[in-house]
Amino acid sequence: MNIRKLALSASLCTLALTSLAPTQASAAAKDQYFPVLVYRTGAYAANGAPWANGYIDYLKLVNARGGINGVKIIFEECETGYATDRGVECYERLKGKNGGATVFQPLSTGVTFALTEKAPVDKIPLITAGYGRSESQNGAVFTWNFPLLGTYWVGADVAIQYFAKKLGGVANLKGKKIALVYHDSPYGKEPIPVLEELGKKYGFDVQLLPVAHPGVEQKATWLQIRQHRPDYVLLWGWGVMNSTALREAQSTGYPRDKMMGIWWAGAEPDVKDVAEGAKGYSALALQHGAEPDAKVVKDILSMVYAKGQGTGSKEEVGQVLYMRGLLSSMLGVEGVRKAQERFGKGKVMTGEQVRWGLENLNLDQKTLDAMGFAGVMRPVQTSCLDHMGSSWVRIETWNGNKWEFSTPDWYQADEKFLRPMVMLASGKYAEEKKLKPRTPEECKL
Amino acid sequence: MLYRENGQFKTTYAADQQIFPIAQDRWTILGILLIAFIAIPLLVDEYLFRAILIPFLILSLAAIGVNILVGYCGQITLGAGAFMAVGAYAAYNFHIRIEGLPLLVSILLGGLTSALVGIVFGIPSLRVRGLYLAVATLAAQFFTDWVFLRIPWFTDNSSSGSVSVSNLQVMGWQIDNPVSKYLFCLIFLTIFALLAKNMTRCAIGRQWMAIRDMDVAAEVIGIRPLFAKLSAFAVSSFFVGTAGALWGFIHLASWEPAAFSVDRSFQLLFMVIIGGLGTIMGSLFGAAFIVVLPIVLNQFLPALGGVFGIKISTAGVSHAELIIFGGLIVFFLIKEPHGIARLWSTGKEKLRLWPFPH
Amino acid sequence: MGFFLETLIGGLMAGMLYSLVALGFVLIYKASGVFNFAQGSMVLFAALAMARFAEWLPHWLGLDSLWLANTIAFVIAGALMFVVAWLIERLVLRYLVNQEGATLLMATLGIAYVLEGIGTSLFGNNIYSIDVGMPKEPVFILDGLFEGGLLINKEDFIAALIAALLVGLLALFFQKTTTGRALRAVADDHQAAQSIGIPLNRIWVIIWFVAGLVALVAGVIWGSKLGVQFSLVTVALRGLPVVILGGLTSIPGAIIGGLIIGVGEKLSEVYLGPMIGGGIEIWFAYQLALVFLLFRPQGLFGEKIIDRV
Repeated sequence: MNIRKLALSASLCTLALTSLAPTQASAAAKDQYFPVLVYRTGAYAANGAPWANGYIDYLKLVNARGGINGVKIIFEECETGYATDRGVECYERLKGKNGGATVFQPLSTGVTFALTEKAPVDKIPLITAGYGRSESQNGAVFTWNFPLLGTYWVGADVAIQYFAKKLGGVANLKGKKIALVYHDSPYGKEPIPVLEELGKKYGFDVQLLPVAHPGVEQKATWLQIRQHRPDYVLLWGWGVMNSTALREAQSTGYPRDKMMGIWWAGAEPDVKDVAEGAKGYSALALQHGAEPDAKVVKDILSMVYAKGQGTGSKEEVGQVLYMRGLLSSMLGVEGVRKAQERFGKGKVMTGEQVRWGLENLNLDQKTLDAMGFAGVMRPVQTSCLDHMGSSWVRIETWNGNKWEFSTPDWYQADEKFLRPMVMLASGKYAEEKKLKPRTPEECKL
Repeated sequence: MLYRENGQFKTTYAADQQIFPIAQDRWTILGILLIAFIAIPLLVDEYLFRAILIPFLILSLAAIGVNILVGYCGQITLGAGAFMAVGAYAAYNFHIRIEGLPLLVSILLGGLTSALVGIVFGIPSLRVRGLYLAVATLAAQFFTDWVFLRIPWFTDNSSSGSVSVSNLQVMGWQIDNPVSKYLFCLIFLTIFALLAKNMTRCAIGRQWMAIRDMDVAAEVIGIRPLFAKLSAFAVSSFFVGTAGALWGFIHLASWEPAAFSVDRSFQLLFMVIIGGLGTIMGSLFGAAFIVVLPIVLNQFLPALGGVFGIKISTAGVSHAELIIFGGLIVFFLIKEPHGIARLWSTGKEKLRLWPFPH
Repeated sequence: MGFFLETLIGGLMAGMLYSLVALGFVLIYKASGVFNFAQGSMVLFAALAMARFAEWLPHWLGLDSLWLANTIAFVIAGALMFVVAWLIERLVLRYLVNQEGATLLMATLGIAYVLEGIGTSLFGNNIYSIDVGMPKEPVFILDGLFEGGLLINKEDFIAALIAALLVGLLALFFQKTTTGRALRAVADDHQAAQSIGIPLNRIWVIIWFVAGLVALVAGVIWGSKLGVQFSLVTVALRGLPVVILGGLTSIPGAIIGGLIIGVGEKLSEVYLGPMIGGGIEIWFAYQLALVFLLFRPQGLFGEKIIDRV
């Protein structure tokens, strides 16, 4: 390597390094900045991409509708690949840009755990709609976490309610066997405490069957299921693990209508290729299912896609994970809107102000209808102590080519049962971290 | 012209055997240390600290550990991530279970535990060598992954299996902001690098190298392979384990076993091979290359696309990143199989003759 | 007893698939001394090509026969694997002759990244299916003998058959054809082979191509079972204990090793797993291989390494 080459590579290096230095924010940001952590590559891309598309399409829709009280939204994607360290790097890179990040939504339980430590320092709220730490529902301890719409504990509780209903009452749960086939990570382990607690309460057995990342090897798992013949199988997977589980269930002859998935195991990529083989399989729905007929979806098609500004493909709009992303995005935007009510309409909100907004979120049916979410979801109301806002869940069933709501009625998680567990777990966390939970007086601030 | 050693006479054995026998080297290293300890904390912003410098320091430490085993002792390992995990979780358990144990002690105890585990998983090296050993060390990797996922005791019975630490301090020095974290890691790296450098220059390091170059011959001249190999495993695991503890405590603060997955092991092996086997300096170069390159590519490509008016999608960027990263690795291995450290020494060689090379 | 047999059969069939991946490793290691970590990425690349062409071809050519589309797609994917093999030889291997094992290993990891990047950017990042008409529903045999019958997975059975057939074909190829003999000669001794006029570079292309074809078959089988998606690269990690157990240089070793690992893994997970928490099969496979290694450091069928000072 001669000197010229050396000099060339050195200058290239400097060039590259300068591109690293984050562009410092202009003094007063005019736009609300939404960083978007996504994964469009890697093992979980098939599930991460529609979520990201929905998330961004909604932001585009808000802009097309004129912004949040006139404040335009700017956004930027950062690829995490579902890896915690990449997620943290993205967070560090984006948190200070463009006048500061509004809210982070990592779509990964691992990244959520890591960011939970960082968010309070940087004063940026963390929305984890339908994932994350279940005990973070307690806003007194987890000031910056918002597991809006539901946590895994809610999911586990409703799943058992559903099984009980199918059996004709909780009394019949006694002596039954329920197998949990779960992704061997913090995500998959979240429901275990609730299931075990419920098992003690109602007298059913919980069989735990972990599946190692990424979940393509499940033969032994399903052989065990064939051996023990549990009455129900609860599937707690993500990505390819879900479709593999269904294929294995098919090839070991386990009845699919006795299988129930969490809401992350209830989208099109999970069942599409198994098609007929997954018929009868049910999954929890985080309020919404696939909603091609919702008004908001039609708006996106007419105001975003018709202008050629769509993020993904048109066919995908309205699918389950797309809607999940869209809803997550909407909740963030509504947090900003609520914050503006207090801190000044038409102004750019800081993370701290948005946190207040999210904490005082009150989306009633009328607001939802006006935004085009009629029939998609139920009203959400958060408070300082309850960062979840709603614990209603629906159940959907795959009929061989699309998801259908098998039962029109809604299920609500048993708050009386879950709340003490949340308090206990969050109390333990507070003690570990030497945090002082907020008192009701502090909440009013 | 500048980099010339004539006139520097060694009059004592000590002077002859010092780490940097050339005065210019000593001054450069001193300068770099001064910059690292004083200038960088004053100049650099938070993002560079958190996303690049701190990971770089910690992974350099781990890479030095891996280099001791792979580069100096010739035992290929694909299980470095496992020892990082052992270090992190052991340090965590010492930290929470023994009230009032100083942070430094917990971290070092984490490293020691890792060293013990390293000895156990080093035993196959007495029978197995080369690529067989490399794959055998994967056993350690998958086993520890499983242990920390499955045995709740190690994670303090947390329901999710994820653990976190906070309120770190060393003798009243709060380690909570990026600068203090950076300095903390830097002190570790400096001391450990010095330690490693000296270890490789003394008897034990020579034994390792003898084993690496030809183990049968080494045995014939009276080196005990059992001791040499296992000590290399122990020292290497100690370094890697300490780095793991730092990674968990200082960099992540909250982690799960996936933070130390098999990908991490590959990454560490990359660092030592790209950086240069059997050099301490190379570990640092390798770590810098592997840590910085993907991040640079990730941010540089959209900018580059912007220059030509192309908007590259997020997925496109990460695909291109994979391709370029892989391509550069292959390129480096072809152009300089002995790693960046060799480039460095060739550069120094040239500099000696400059400006009159003939 | 019935359940034990089922687990055993399941293990054997899974083992056959592991052998297929392991075979790719062994072929390349034998001929070029490279421990090819890119095998998993080759499986992904080949499967992606196959799946996508099978999907695109009917649109492009107006074919309506699934069978024909699959065949053409298979041929195209095979051709692509040839190009890959040629490029790898041309751009990488040629320059890395006589490097250390670890350097070569890292180079193949680099190749793996490149292949993954190119594969996913050419063919997309979603889950795709390969429909070669594999039966999905299980059959139950020997109903009278065991309660509930013995579950046989037809798909696995066919897959295992294909794997066995492929191994047979490869054995024939190595024993009976001139090229095969040349390949074996190269595997035995590079220099001797070169000195009697065997073109080393061409042999390497051929061997990587054959490994690519093996990857393609593995990709089709796994892809039709699981869908073609990124996680296919991890099948390489399942094949690794097989090769070290069987020996890096032995084709029968890959087969027997695969069967041992497959059975060991499933039996351990089903019988030992529940006692210690489950999810043990991956590390168990490696530990199993490790135990074998302690007694035979070059694998069950590997060539004995003789040290001379």
